[in-house]
Amino acid sequence: MPVVSFREALNQAMDEEMERDDRVFLMGEEVALYNGAYKVSQGLYNKWGGRRIVDTPIAEAGFAGIGIGAAMAGLRPIVEFMTWNFSLVAYDQLANNAAKMLSMSGGHFDVPIVFRGPGGAAHNLAATHSQALEAIYAYVPGLKVVMPSTPKDAKGLLKTAIRDNNPTIFIESEVMYGEKAEIPDGEYTIPFGVGEIVKEGSDVTIVSWSKILQHVTVKAVLELEKLGVHAELIDPRTIKPMDWDIIVKSVQKTNRLVVVEEGWPFGGVGAQIAFEVQHRAFDHLDAPIERVTQEDVPLPYAHNLEVASLPSVDRVVRAVKKAMYLD
Amino acid sequence: MSKTATILSGPPRQKTADVAQETLLHWYDEMLLIRRFEEKAAQLYGMGKIGGFCHLYNGQEAVAAGSIGAINADDYVITAYRDHGIALAKGLDPKACMAELLGKATGITKGKGGSMHFFDRDKNFLGGHAIVGAHLPLAAGVAFAIKYRDEKKVCLCLMGDGATNIGEFHEALNLAALWKLPVVYIIENNKYSMGTAVSRSSAVEDLYKKALAYDMRHAVADGMDVLDVYKTVKAAVDHARETCEPSLLEVRTYRYRGHSMSDPIAGHYRTKAEVEEEKKLDPLIVFADFLIQQNIMTDERIEEVEKKVKKVVEEAVEFAENSPEPPLEELFNDVYKPS
Repeated sequence: MPVVSFREALNQAMDEEMERDDRVFLMGEEVALYNGAYKVSQGLYNKWGGRRIVDTPIAEAGFAGIGIGAAMAGLRPIVEFMTWNFSLVAYDQLANNAAKMLSMSGGHFDVPIVFRGPGGAAHNLAATHSQALEAIYAYVPGLKVVMPSTPKDAKGLLKTAIRDNNPTIFIESEVMYGEKAEIPDGEYTIPFGVGEIVKEGSDVTIVSWSKILQHVTVKAVLELEKLGVHAELIDPRTIKPMDWDIIVKSVQKTNRLVVVEEGWPFGGVGAQIAFEVQHRAFDHLDAPIERVTQEDVPLPYAHNLEVASLPSVDRVVRAVKKAMYLD
Repeated sequence: MSKTATILSGPPRQKTADVAQETLLHWYDEMLLIRRFEEKAAQLYGMGKIGGFCHLYNGQEAVAAGSIGAINADDYVITAYRDHGIALAKGLDPKACMAELLGKATGITKGKGGSMHFFDRDKNFLGGHAIVGAHLPLAAGVAFAIKYRDEKKVCLCLMGDGATNIGEFHEALNLAALWKLPVVYIIENNKYSMGTAVSRSSAVEDLYKKALAYDMRHAVADGMDVLDVYKTVKAAVDHARETCEPSLLEVRTYRYRGHSMSDPIAGHYRTKAEVEEEKKLDPLIVFADFLIQQNIMTDERIEEVEKKVKKVVEEAVEFAENSPEPPLEELFNDVYKPS
């Protein structure tokens, strides 16, 4: 199996889908001549030219809207946000025009479009450039939200997103673009709404996704093994639709749940997971559900404050111990 | 069309144009249908049969007839929330439109969109949009798709004067001009964004001048004169079809009703006297006079059209009244499209 980086996996997905379907094109800031602010579109402009790899000015609402209009007229755009932070300028386009068009038009116009780019915190970028925004997109009916944590999932899920007939919010991580892993040979896709058990365990279920899963939660799970705690780690891979069954089944086995996410606590994805699990597996729970989130503050610049705000291995271990009455 | 704005000429208001007589008559019929449809909508709103916000088109009929008259049936049209007139001119079924106003299953969007959100894929009518300015980039996107597929089509995008003050207007114009997209932006300047006069909301009162910032073609038309609207839009549409270059047109018009049915016709922002004065330029009366002067129409035909239109509107109401409400399971339809 080939070993590729996250950015190469995304690049392959777009390249293959452009080969497969002439209606697919990529649009965004610096995606063409510059080869992508994070080099995800490296080489695509040279291969496909300016018709299909389109540099935009800094006008997120404008080019997001152009993508939506083009999708209404039958194309299948991929719109790259340099980071998801900048999507807030276009939130009206995404939450109103993309999400609601099919419903509000009584089924007349679908919007097959992918909005993608990196989300979450990198390092020392301060409050407006460090946001995990999946909850505000998952909140809106009509949108799908995808957050891969491996190159394999990134490629398979992006191909599915491009072929999907609905607007998809595809959130990557800029600090993961260089990370390499094996991907399957040749053509493959991964369906939405199907989570994965990253590691089986019997004592506690941990749900986590994207960068926090790989950079924090996996390490915490290894620490917990040293303490004799066998955690079952689940990566839902898509936030909406969410694979409730895989989570509920796991909780029915472990009787405990900890959700680890980068976003803020209030109204976060973890809050929704906690609700669904208490609702569907109330009699199976042996302890209150624990959450590890970013602190409820705008993320500061200073390194020590940044670290203190974000989920950490130590915080995950403590949350698991609490859920297991070990603290 | 030159990039320099044309200047509104004084009387005589009408000029002959190279338009077939039957087309002229069709425009009159269409304008009358819009007027009577809106009058009926006002009545039904007053009876509580239409809910929500309902923005009527009375006074602006010549903009719809002249603009849609300048394009082909397979060209795209997108507009704002004052959409009944444009929709009817684009050929949407009056029955389905009236049923939509009444929130019925047979409505043009199955009771999902209401007054502000008419859509029809078969007619390439892309809405009906109620967030001011947010449909302007969509129009550029439709034009992007036209150019991407190398089609000889155009997208007409209508908006109110208030939309020229929001950021997306400027993003859309910049991108349309930068990428040479075949879109014709039409400002229906009816002098007020709700209750705020253009002079109180825009640093530039000649709204077409906003095209200058993007080196975009532009022109002004008299929106109470269907022929002037037609000629101005046609020139821009032909140019867009030929060269893919966009235009910004300012069509000066007037609305006779309040901003929506919830609003008074006059108030602190404009006087009843002003509205009455403007009504002297009623596009239907002006156009009827012209057609009679030109021996294209007779008083008898006007009466016949009145009867015909009355019947169409009555049948639309009957259809809407007799249609069922959407079934409750419709609530969950069309949220996501199967892939």
